[in-house]
Amino acid sequence: MPAECTIKKESMDAGHDLPGEGHKARIATFKVFRGDKNTGSEVEYKVPVEEGMVVLDAIHYIQRNISPDLAVRWNCKAAKCGSCSAEVNGKPRLMCKTRLDDFSSGEEIKVYPMKSFPVIKDLACDVSWNFEVNKKITPFTPKENTSWIMNQRDIDRVQEFRKCIECFACQNVCHVIRDHDLKPKFAGPRFFVRVAGLEMHPLDGADRLEALKNDMGIGFCNITKCCTEVCPEDIHITDNAIIPLKERVVDRYFDPVKIILRKLFVKR
Amino acid sequence: MSTLDRFEIHEHDVIVIGAGGAGLRAAIEASTNGASVGLVCKSLLGKAHTVMAEGGIAAAVANVDKQDDWQVHFKDTMKGGKFLNNWRMAQLHAQEAPERVLELERWGALFDRTNDGTILQRPFGGHTYKRLCHVGDRTGLEMIRTLQDKGVHMGIDVYMECTITKLLKDDGKISGAFGYWRENGKFVIFKAKSIILATGGVGKAYKVTSNSWEYTADGQILAYDAGAELIDTEFIQFHPTGMIWPPGVIGILVTEAVRGEGGVLKNKDGFRFMEKYDPERMELSTRDVVARSIYLENKDGRGSPHGGAFLDISHKGADYIKKKLPSMYHQFKELADVDITTGPMEVGPTCHYSMGGVKVEADTTATSIPGLFAAGEVAGGMHGANRLGGNSLSDLLVFGRRAGLHASEYAKKNSSKLKLDENEMKLAEKEMISFFERDEGENPYSVHTDLQELMQNKVGIFRIEEDLKYAIEQLKILKERAKKTKIEGSRMYNPGWHMAYDLQNMIIYSEAIAKCALQRKESRGAHSRIDYPNTDPEHGKWNSIVKKSNDGSLVIEKSPLPEMPKELQDLLKEKDLVKK
Repeated sequence: MPAECTIKKESMDAGHDLPGEGHKARIATFKVFRGDKNTGSEVEYKVPVEEGMVVLDAIHYIQRNISPDLAVRWNCKAAKCGSCSAEVNGKPRLMCKTRLDDFSSGEEIKVYPMKSFPVIKDLACDVSWNFEVNKKITPFTPKENTSWIMNQRDIDRVQEFRKCIECFACQNVCHVIRDHDLKPKFAGPRFFVRVAGLEMHPLDGADRLEALKNDMGIGFCNITKCCTEVCPEDIHITDNAIIPLKERVVDRYFDPVKIILRKLFVKR
Repeated sequence: MSTLDRFEIHEHDVIVIGAGGAGLRAAIEASTNGASVGLVCKSLLGKAHTVMAEGGIAAAVANVDKQDDWQVHFKDTMKGGKFLNNWRMAQLHAQEAPERVLELERWGALFDRTNDGTILQRPFGGHTYKRLCHVGDRTGLEMIRTLQDKGVHMGIDVYMECTITKLLKDDGKISGAFGYWRENGKFVIFKAKSIILATGGVGKAYKVTSNSWEYTADGQILAYDAGAELIDTEFIQFHPTGMIWPPGVIGILVTEAVRGEGGVLKNKDGFRFMEKYDPERMELSTRDVVARSIYLENKDGRGSPHGGAFLDISHKGADYIKKKLPSMYHQFKELADVDITTGPMEVGPTCHYSMGGVKVEADTTATSIPGLFAAGEVAGGMHGANRLGGNSLSDLLVFGRRAGLHASEYAKKNSSKLKLDENEMKLAEKEMISFFERDEGENPYSVHTDLQELMQNKVGIFRIEEDLKYAIEQLKILKERAKKTKIEGSRMYNPGWHMAYDLQNMIIYSEAIAKCALQRKESRGAHSRIDYPNTDPEHGKWNSIVKKSNDGSLVIEKSPLPEMPKELQDLLKEKDLVKK
């Protein structure tokens, strides 16, 4: 949400859809950001709680019963597509995976769009920049004359990176993007994971180290592991993807011994 | 100012609508064949339904069971479809699936491996051999990411979060498509020589479903409205294992791979009830049989506490389960507080897939409208009366590629300048804006809820004449209600408005489901009639056909099955190669 955006407070409920007095159903209080890139307000909604309910169910309840124009992205509702990312009580979460019983009874649940991307409307924000970054990454390029035989132990590590569902929570929380807004110089953790998946693919023959250093700005990452903490797929982004890539870049471009060797033995 | 000047217009040789497995594969092929390609999708790229596919891609690569070949795959597919499949589609599918899978690997996909380092395959319902190439239980994600990354580097223009509401024609041929941007509600026109529909299914018409908001019969009704025929719409697959508890997760898919990896189904008495319904194949019977069995156990009072059955894989041990079914492990742990490594899951049928759809020519995926092609779930015929698990992902690749190839060839041959009909565009615009013109009216979500209740209860797993007739009458009322909804807010990113439009499509397709279900007086595959419980060979000789009549009403008829060549007929008569 842009800094100039003003927050008003409003309150709405479903009227007849709420259980009446004497009903035992618990009611949760949601405060949802409603607005666009210019202006917005925090609107309060009362939502009856069912067993096993997740935040996305509450958002759908609000759409069906109170505000049909509440904008939100979602697809699978099973933590497989990465569409419904939002900030729930300040933490980047998949709404379909955030259960209401994780909150204490009576706790207000604030749902805001991801902060690092421009708001389109309500909970939907403009993540198109991420798709532009991906286009610039050299795609899988098989080594010549490969037999396509691979051992499971050699691909276990790469399969971890390929679990990414592109929820962009890591991009959202990364302070290089969130606080310093160094995009487009910095590609962000999602795309280091993507590059790690390519660079460590046993049959890939392309070289992306120069791009990592120059175009993707891997040096800006100071391994605070914020991305790893929010990954809903439990990918060890920092330890398994970013640090090994940083090591490869350092080995090539900043290792003094190698620099001297290269100067001595470089082909002329 | 002419109508055209008011609209944003993009022009391509080929427009692909839908960016799941079929749409992406089609776009890649058309682009490879030299066409300028625009890929239009309702959600962000990479979020299409394919991403949720779990168990695997069926292809007779014969890495694990060496005896497997396309003939056995063909036979399994026809048997699973209760022989109502378009034989040529089933043949092409079985023959080409292996090459399509290997191609994914060459584009960077990383399947689980055998000890020899080749692609590992697992058993699945209705497949004679271990046939499903897979990546744990996230095969669809691997497939869509591979195709997406291949596609974006080919110069395909991707138009994300854009919904097409009308196909445009010039002199009976496809000339373009009309749609709106989700972000700002502005209208946009795509001019194209050919269009490929790859929009997926219709599951959102049902209350308990594994399908996402996108699955609202868009492509089926775009084609139907443009004059194309639909086929076999009565066949809706209820996947036997969806989550049923707690309420918030009802309908979410539990992959068939749980059974493929050795999971067993038990009723409340701990009895492995599949022994009674299909003692040979047990849990790996076809989906229609397993879904009906769970339903019948409940009807007789032997269901699990929340109206389903217990699915148990815990005997395989925690390490194995976490390796082979990681997302199922997390799904149950996080959403249902159930540890599937130590105890059973509670599961029940969930609406999952539409076997019927747009009628296409097997080899080219062409519809009856020049320039219009369809591939993937939106197309009908390939799976007959019941789809085998794993045959969907391979269907997407085989026919997605064929659609891309033939749509781009068509575009090359039809390079004459096509005109956009201003009147058509004005009508399309008027239809979308009309929702905002009413001061009074219902919330579209209420109409949707009632539609889902109706389809779930009256046109669900088990059907009977009086229910179907009732549903057809009720659908008329819902259709009128859907025309009179009132939309709050602006055209900017407004899900209520989108729902109001999607509802129209869902209701028409629901009518097609109910009418064809009424016409088919037998039980076959996914279509079970309480009043006609047996499969009748006479009814196995025709497909249902749905089309829009001149007066705008929906009419159905029967069309004889295409004749199968003798060698394939003989193949089907052969005894099973192995005892299952």
